[in-house]
Parts: sequence; structure tokens; C-alpha cells
Amino acid sequence: MLTDLLGFPPQVLFGQLLLGLINGAFYAVLSLGLAVIFGLLNIVNFAHGALYMLGAFATLGLMKFFGIGYWGALIFAPLLVGIVGIVIERLLLRRLAGVDHLYGLLLTFGLALVLEGTFVKLFGASGIPYSPPAQLQGGINLGFMFLPWYRGWVVVASLIVCAATWYLFERTKIGAYLRAGTENPRLLQAFGVNVPLLTTLAYGYGVALAAFAGVLAAPITQVNPLMGSNLIIVVFAVVVIGGMGSIVGAVVTGLAMGVIEGLTKVFWPEASSTVIFLVMAIVLVLRPAGLFGKAA
Amino acid sequence: MKLFKHLATSASALAVMATGAAAEISGGVVKIGLLTDMSATYSDVAGPGTITAAEMAIEEFGGQVAGAPIELVSADHQNKADIAANKAREWGDTEGVDAFAELVTTSVAMAVFEVAKQQNKIALVSGAASSPLTNDACIPTGLHWTYNTRALAVGTGSAVVKEGGDSWYFLTADYAFGEALQGDVSKVVEAEGGQVLGASKHPFPASDFSSFMLQAQASGAKVIGLANAGGDTINAIKAAKEFGIIEAGQKIAGLLVFLSDVNALGLETAQGLQMTVSFYWDMDDETRAWSQRFFEKTGKMPTGIQAGTYSSVRHYLKAIEATGSDDTETVLAKMREMPVEDMFAHGGVLRTDGRMVHDMYLAEVKSPAESSGPWDYLKIVRTIPGEEAFGPLSESTCPTK
Repeated sequence: MLTDLLGFPPQVLFGQLLLGLINGAFYAVLSLGLAVIFGLLNIVNFAHGALYMLGAFATLGLMKFFGIGYWGALIFAPLLVGIVGIVIERLLLRRLAGVDHLYGLLLTFGLALVLEGTFVKLFGASGIPYSPPAQLQGGINLGFMFLPWYRGWVVVASLIVCAATWYLFERTKIGAYLRAGTENPRLLQAFGVNVPLLTTLAYGYGVALAAFAGVLAAPITQVNPLMGSNLIIVVFAVVVIGGMGSIVGAVVTGLAMGVIEGLTKVFWPEASSTVIFLVMAIVLVLRPAGLFGKAA
Repeated sequence: MKLFKHLATSASALAVMATGAAAEISGGVVKIGLLTDMSATYSDVAGPGTITAAEMAIEEFGGQVAGAPIELVSADHQNKADIAANKAREWGDTEGVDAFAELVTTSVAMAVFEVAKQQNKIALVSGAASSPLTNDACIPTGLHWTYNTRALAVGTGSAVVKEGGDSWYFLTADYAFGEALQGDVSKVVEAEGGQVLGASKHPFPASDFSSFMLQAQASGAKVIGLANAGGDTINAIKAAKEFGIIEAGQKIAGLLVFLSDVNALGLETAQGLQMTVSFYWDMDDETRAWSQRFFEKTGKMPTGIQAGTYSSVRHYLKAIEATGSDDTETVLAKMREMPVEDMFAHGGVLRTDGRMVHDMYLAEVKSPAESSGPWDYLKIVRTIPGEEAFGPLSESTCPTK
């Protein structure tokens, strides 16, 4: 068999493929949020990683101060962080409408540094543990690997959210407004649609997606102020590969990059943090608009 | 803020002693430059706590030594060697810094060693762990204080092999420190009759260890050795637990675990873990008293790196006090001549290869039932004599020893 030729038993490869898919699910949800924000607001949201971290900390906070457990946090943490996003959009990002992308990038990057720095100061860099819900503890032996129930749930939950987002933006009237708003906001406004409100809500939604991923991540890694900064660059690469602003592109590429990264961890572990950028470079050379993007 | 405070106190002190400044103290002030990770992976094991520890050493001297004020400056090197080297060079060239302190992360320590060598200044390494710092990479003025990878290997590595863990697979942080730790532990494992089946090098820092854990599991090794530190170790142990690796019978050996890591993991997850430590707050009255003062300032109990920073800065200042000079050669000679005697080390010896030899301890993490409350995490299983932990001087490959 090919796998035996390469010196790795098939069990190891199946396991890595599955783990890659699980990590890819995170990439998908995060890059989806970025794609929504870029597509509708033209903002390169560098604060996305910090907002993802905020989602995880909100999960901890909800438990500590309100006794709201994991399942409640899945709804309330994105809601809370989404509101934070709306405030950010109204107070800060709105002022940058119509100027170069670079300003939005710098603003959100600065915001991310401030948020992360504050949280490191408050909570330290080692992070705080959060247990998975009782229903999802333990796991199942698949023969080739032990799959913790929680990791399986992450994939299911991510795919549901991705599908719902796609439906919302591509198949509903609100989605149609939003897309029209990016094409020609003034014309849409002339039809009596409140475009500024729409963009605010879109940013809030993108941020809520980041927070949702944060809730999903909380029981897996330590809830750590720097958890987002480690991920954000990779997620940006995913968005670039998929095509800036493409919803389907973000999801498919997210999953695919998870798998590619997972396989790299078997064959050449040292390169696993670089392989996605290699793919990005190749895609940019061959298809500058990204795999699913429309050429300008 | 701290910097300004130091500047203010030293400025006033300067004014007071303007008349009788000690002729032997360069620039009329003893200035220590502390470089550490203030914001990333190692900021809990080292970080702001090392600044507090250095300040506590300075306070013991009343902020003055040999008639000159002591000044501490600090900077965040972000675990990046180039940032550290630039800062150290700037401090040495233009700000009259006499010695560099702390220097967590091996790559940082090595880069600052280069600067210290060129400028002939003392480098007091506490946080970096790699044994090459007093072997191939040694410099005449570089002192390695708290621990090293060889001592960790002798402590945890040999204890695990003796308990039957004779086949190993490593998860290694992909930089100089991980390499050094894996190398030192492999030597011990093989010397004790065990074998090393393989290793996966993971990026530093890494957040997801599930994939590496699965590879370690597939290797069939009895022991999975974690040749990493800080956040990487924490996430690796979490992944091992989540994927049922421990229940399936493999043992996790955290080769460099700090008190702050145990605190972050919680006893439920960390219990039973063996670790080699240079220091634990709850050893005797002296350590308890010092740690309590540290706790009041920081809200945390000190790690070995933090206690070691205190000890190294204190010993450096003691040598200046004894000689009345901050000349590098004079101070170094005195530091070697005097035994290191404080709450961190008793009868510690500073060797010519730069190694400070003192006892190390093998500890085990308590179970939640054994622990009486916050920070009561470890029980000391064995004291490892300094010579055994760090090896004899004859073993050192430092060319200038």
C-alpha cells in the first residue's frame, strides 16, 4: 500500500486526517467571520483573533458570574461579544468608511494588541482551564484512534453554523440586501433600506462567529489571552487562499487547510506551521483572486 | 512605570552621594539590565515576577551597594533573539548597564551572550535552560544559575526510567532548547538501559498537540517525553488526557514543568506528574518567608526562575559589596570565591564554565486530596546533589573553563 511505502501505517494517516478536519472546522468558522466582514464592510479585521479569545473568556465569565454552563455559553457568549463588535463598529470602524483598507487593518490590529495585552496583564499567559460539558466527556475508540466526543461535536457544530451562515447570506432577503449593499450602498439606501444598520449588524455577526469558535475552543486549549494571536495569521492565509469575501471559499478552504496541515504534521512536523503559507503563495501566483474569488 | 520609579530613586540617590561617589563603580551607579518575556508563552514562568524578584534582591541592599545606587532597567524581549540582542547592545553601549539578568529562552540567552562577550559584561542567566550555555556555547562572563537541561534529565528522566519507563518518544519544541533537552534526556535514558524510539518536533509555540500525541501513541513507547515548556507543556498534557493516552497506559513525562504550569492545569489534571525543580516555596522557613513576601507583591508563588533571578542578582551585588568594584573580572572572581548562600541555594558553587552548582529536587504533583489549599502543589521526593545534577566540571565542553 502507498501508506506503508511512505513508512506510516494507515491508522496514523486516518487519525491525522480526522484531526486535520477538526482543526479545519475552527479555521472554517473563523475565516467565515473574516470573509463576511471583508465582503460586506471591506474591513480587514485583524481584531478577529482577539475577539475569538474574548469569546472563550466570555464562556469562563458566564460560568463564574452567572452560573451559565457550556450550552448556554454557546448562545450567550457570541451574543455578548457580538454586542462588543457592534460597539467597535459604531464607535471606531464607521469613521474609517471610504478610506484605504490599510487604516481599518491598523485600527483592528491595534485593538487586538490592546485587548490581548490587557488580558495578559489580568490573567497571565498560562491560561485557565475549562472543562467540556458532562455530556461530551469521554470518547469512542474508532479502531484507528480514540475520538473524544467533544472533538466530534466541534466538527458538527461548526458545519451547522457554516451552513446556516451560507443560507442567511445567499438565500434570504436580508442576505440579498447585504450583498446589494456591498455592490452599491447608495442605490440600496435610495430604496429605503437602512444600510448603515445592515453593515453594523454584519460586523456584529462576523464577530459573533469568532466568539462562537472561541466557545468551541475553550474546553480544548487553555482559555488563554494569546490563543487568538497564534491562530489569526493562519486564518488570514485561509481567507486569502479561499478568495477574500467568499463564504463558500472560506469554509471549504478552512477544512482543506486543516487537513493539509494535519498531514504535514505526520510527514514533516517542523513545516506544519508554514505549509499553509506555502499554499497561499502558490495560489496567489496562479490565481490572485483566490480559489473561489471572482477576479476584479 | 517601574523604569521611571527606578530612575527617580536613583536620581535622588545620585544627588545625595554626588560628593563621595565610589571611585571603583563605573558611572557611579550599578546598573542591571533585565531582559525577559513580559507578554508571551514564558511570561508566567519568568516575566514580571523576575523583575519583582530582582527588586527584592536590590531592596535587601537598601538600593545601594559600595556607596553607589543600584538601578534596575527591564525590557520585554518577546522571546526574540534579535530584539534581546539589540536591547542588550543599546543598554551596554549607551546606558552604562553593568550586567544582564534573567534571559529566559535559550535563543535569547545565546544572543545576549554574544553581546556580553563583546562588551565584557556579566550575563546572569536564570530562565534559559539549555546545557550548551555552559558547554559549547559558554562565554567567560556568562553565568547559568537556576537549572539546566542536564539536571532536568538526571532528575525526571532517570526517575521515570527507574520506574520501568524504558522506551521513550519525544515531543520536542523546534528550537535550541527543545533540542538540548531531548539530547540530554536521551543520554540519560540510554545510559540507564532504556531506548529512544523517535521524536516529533513541533513548532514553537504550538496550540494543538492532538496530532503529535497521536504519533507518540502510535510509536508504542511507554513514555512520552515533553521536551518543551510553558504553554506548550500545558496544552500537550491536556491533549494527552483528552485523547485517553494516559488511560491507555502510556506515561507522560513533563521534562520542564513549573509551579505556574501546575497552577494553570489544576491538580485534577496534573496530579502524579513528576518534575525536577530548582526551588519550591514550601521547603523551609527561609523559602516560605521569602515566597510569602513575593506573593504579597505579585499574588503568585514564585517559580524556580524567579527565585533564581533573585539569587543571581543578590550574589552579584554581594560580590560588588565585598570588592567595592563593579569591574567585570574583579566581580567575577569574587562571585566564584564566595559560596552562594541564600534561601535559593546553600553552599552553591560558581564554576569557571559559568555553571552555578546547587542541589536540585525531584518533586511530584499532589492529588487534590493531598493538597491543603492554593499553591500547595508539590511534594519533594528526592534531593539531587548538585554534582549529580550538573555533572563534574571535567564533563563540561566549555573551551574557556
